[in-house]
Amino acid sequence: MRIVMKMGTLLSVKNLKTQFYSSGRTIRALDGVSFDIEEGGAFGLVGETGCGKSVTALSILRLIPYPPGKIVEGEILFRGRNLLALTEDEMRSIRGKEISMIFQEPMTSLNPVFRIGDQMMEVIMFHQGLMRTQAFEKAAEMLDRVNIPDAKRVMMQFPHQLSGGMRQRVMIAMELSCHPFLLIADEPTTALDVTIQAQILRLIKEIKKELHTSILLITHDLGVIAEMCDRVAVMYAGSIVEQASVEEIFEDPKHPYTQGLWGAIPRIDQEKEALAVISGTVPDLSQPPPGCKFHPRCSYRFDPCDRMIPPLSQTSHGHLVSCYLYEGGKNLE
Amino acid sequence: MNESKEFKTSQTADVWRRLKRNRAAIVGGIIVLLFVFIAILAPLISPYPPNEGDLAKRLKPPSREHLLGTDPLGRDLLSRVIYGARISLQIQVIAVMIALVIGTLLGMVGGYYGGKLDHLIMRLMDILLAFPGIFLAISIIAVLGPGLTNLMLAAGIYSIPQFARIVRGSVLSLKEKEFIEAARAVGENDFNILFRYLLPNSIAPIIIQTTLRMATVLLTASGLSFLGLGVQPPTAEWGAMLSTARAYLITAPHVATVPGLAIMLVVMGFNLFGDGLRDSLDPRLRD
Amino acid sequence: MLIPVLIGVSLVSFSLLHMVPGDPAVLLAGEDANPDFIKALRKEYGLDKPLYMQYFQFISHVVQVDFGISIRNREPVIKLLKERFLFTVQLSFLSILIAAFIGLIAGVISSTRQYSIFDNLSMVGALFGISMPIFWFGLLLMLVFSVHLRWFPAGGKGTIVHLILPAIALGAASSAVIARMTRASMLEVIRQDYIRTARANGLREFIVIYKHALKNAMIPVITVFGLEFGYMLGGAVLTETVFSLPGVGRLMVEGIFQRDYPVVQGSMLLVATTFVVVNLLTDIAYAFFDPKIRYE
Repeated sequence: MRIVMKMGTLLSVKNLKTQFYSSGRTIRALDGVSFDIEEGGAFGLVGETGCGKSVTALSILRLIPYPPGKIVEGEILFRGRNLLALTEDEMRSIRGKEISMIFQEPMTSLNPVFRIGDQMMEVIMFHQGLMRTQAFEKAAEMLDRVNIPDAKRVMMQFPHQLSGGMRQRVMIAMELSCHPFLLIADEPTTALDVTIQAQILRLIKEIKKELHTSILLITHDLGVIAEMCDRVAVMYAGSIVEQASVEEIFEDPKHPYTQGLWGAIPRIDQEKEALAVISGTVPDLSQPPPGCKFHPRCSYRFDPCDRMIPPLSQTSHGHLVSCYLYEGGKNLE
Repeated sequence: MNESKEFKTSQTADVWRRLKRNRAAIVGGIIVLLFVFIAILAPLISPYPPNEGDLAKRLKPPSREHLLGTDPLGRDLLSRVIYGARISLQIQVIAVMIALVIGTLLGMVGGYYGGKLDHLIMRLMDILLAFPGIFLAISIIAVLGPGLTNLMLAAGIYSIPQFARIVRGSVLSLKEKEFIEAARAVGENDFNILFRYLLPNSIAPIIIQTTLRMATVLLTASGLSFLGLGVQPPTAEWGAMLSTARAYLITAPHVATVPGLAIMLVVMGFNLFGDGLRDSLDPRLRD
Repeated sequence: MLIPVLIGVSLVSFSLLHMVPGDPAVLLAGEDANPDFIKALRKEYGLDKPLYMQYFQFISHVVQVDFGISIRNREPVIKLLKERFLFTVQLSFLSILIAAFIGLIAGVISSTRQYSIFDNLSMVGALFGISMPIFWFGLLLMLVFSVHLRWFPAGGKGTIVHLILPAIALGAASSAVIARMTRASMLEVIRQDYIRTARANGLREFIVIYKHALKNAMIPVITVFGLEFGYMLGGAVLTETVFSLPGVGRLMVEGIFQRDYPVVQGSMLLVATTFVVVNLLTDIAYAFFDPKIRYE
């Protein structure tokens, strides 16, 4: 059964719910996450540690280990298919080939006992069925593209012989070697030096243009979002609280949490005594507060906030908020 | 000083609690306790004297008179197994004590003073460890000659390197910690530092090693007795009993099964308890 | 590092003769040898010379592969040692192969199915393995497989069939150690990021476990192989006694009973030296297999 998707939409996540089970408790890591990524788009997922950004990424590729985790509800539509309905075999031909992922820790993401070339060629040969020599050329070519000097020599080296920045480039090369439609980047620069960060981000941007790859960028760094993305979703405690284009979300943040996040950024052009801090702490996901999960920390809370989860409202074109303050806008539920 | 005492007792309470929850450790502990009781109470619970045999009743299978049957010399097997526990415990305790005392001293001295002394001690341990496993004990017996006392000595000496290593390791890692620096700054002499500060903080690995070592010593000692190099006849020792049982394997297999089973169960008990202790004393060391 | 230990080992072997109470010459000649023979022996072995000179003489002989003459049957010790030692090496080798095979497989499968029935059973099995006395296990194996089932011969040497039961008895404890170690190592490796990368790249689970994970997990296990092989050399005596096999362990024990000191000295020296060499080779193997050490 072919699923009809909106024109130009590459990935459509609908009401994704992922849970983890540990010592008798059920942790609702993702509580109904929905968003779309356009073809050629760069979508950013931002939020503090523990809000569920990485779980979202892993859920898309169905890499959530069971036990202790499980995707319990939702649909992930990708190029006409619901990923959650595929067999494991079918998923394997998507992983690394149609959807690729790079992780936060380049230092440990490569297998220390295999040479760089062997690791890259393995993926290429597996997905593209190339002969060894062809795969070698392809791998060297990708390393070139990510600006690794002396690519053929690097292919013969082991991961521990390369620096962190180099390893991340290798990861990018490896994950893009099969020209995926979507690249998921989970905090790709967090573990790197600031100078290297800029290089890597620039590299991702270039390759995105060259290979027409869409990007799902996961980060807690708002500067990275501003630099790289065209659309952003803000996550809090397993739900998306606000979603908009990058310009709108910076100029006109609507959700109190988003406003709080922005207020906590130190700015050179403003004189402030202290950074604005959002009081309170992130809720326990096995026992979330009733209603809107942010309400205990929200200075605007009023009656319905602590009873029911606010529906997703659209305030302007493409700008979605889950907050009773804006319920007057077009209700999308 | 009072604070640290309180801390110690709450730590001990923690350990005890974790230990109680570990089922394997409980099973092991029960086996060990049973073993110790049987060993201590042997003269009271043994139905017959272990070395008195009635040749008319050789190799009888288990019966009401002789619950486990009789051995090739007509002696009651159950009594011999019970007394075997006694002798085994004796060997284990003495051997492990020797290893504990000497090994701990060597480890402390080497770890604390370092330098040439440490080098020398470690070389000596290396030389001992150049003889693999039970071979070391056999080599020591080769020098000392067979017999019960020499067996205990051999088993003791053969266990020294492990204790030395563990204590040395512990001392090395504790040596640099601040509370030692503080002690030295207050003017404590070396002896006090070693025995009042370093040693008590190394107790955990020592206890674990002691328990596990009891298991190894039992295996080694019974092995040596099996070979005839340890306990001499007519003493009832499990390894020695298996040696005599060999010739009668076909005709009277029960003589061979029980002593071996006893060894295995007791070794298992110490292993289980030792593992459980290890998990309780430092949960981080787990798989 | 190696040399001092070897020197120490040779010192220990050398001193054997001198630590036993009694006149070395008499000990070597035999209690009831005639006095002239004893005197000649004393001269020949240099037993009237100072100890350190005797030691050098001992070492120079050893280096020329001369371990002296057996007291009991007047044959060169080296001849006896060669045959019996090679036999024990064969036995230990077969034993470590069996142990490694069983241990590795059990360890890997246990790690991929943590807390499952297989895992629990194999860990219990491992517990039995390290707790069972080798000689008792040997007796049991003999009882079941030789006596009752008649599948295997009960002793003596000949073909490899004769070695299987002894090898199993000898290897039980080692396979338990290997299984536990492999399981622990695999469990750690499987949690690593690079395994996540391999899966995220769509590779088949079999490849992820048996190629990507195992190759990493094996590195520490290799050291265990070497050690266990060494323990088998030392512990073979128990199996050799149960199954009446002509190995160096039994040779040494017989030597102890017969007060055949040259034989005992030779055995001690040979086995200990081999163990030291095995340990060294294991260290080298470790450095070889871990790319972090081998390349820079």
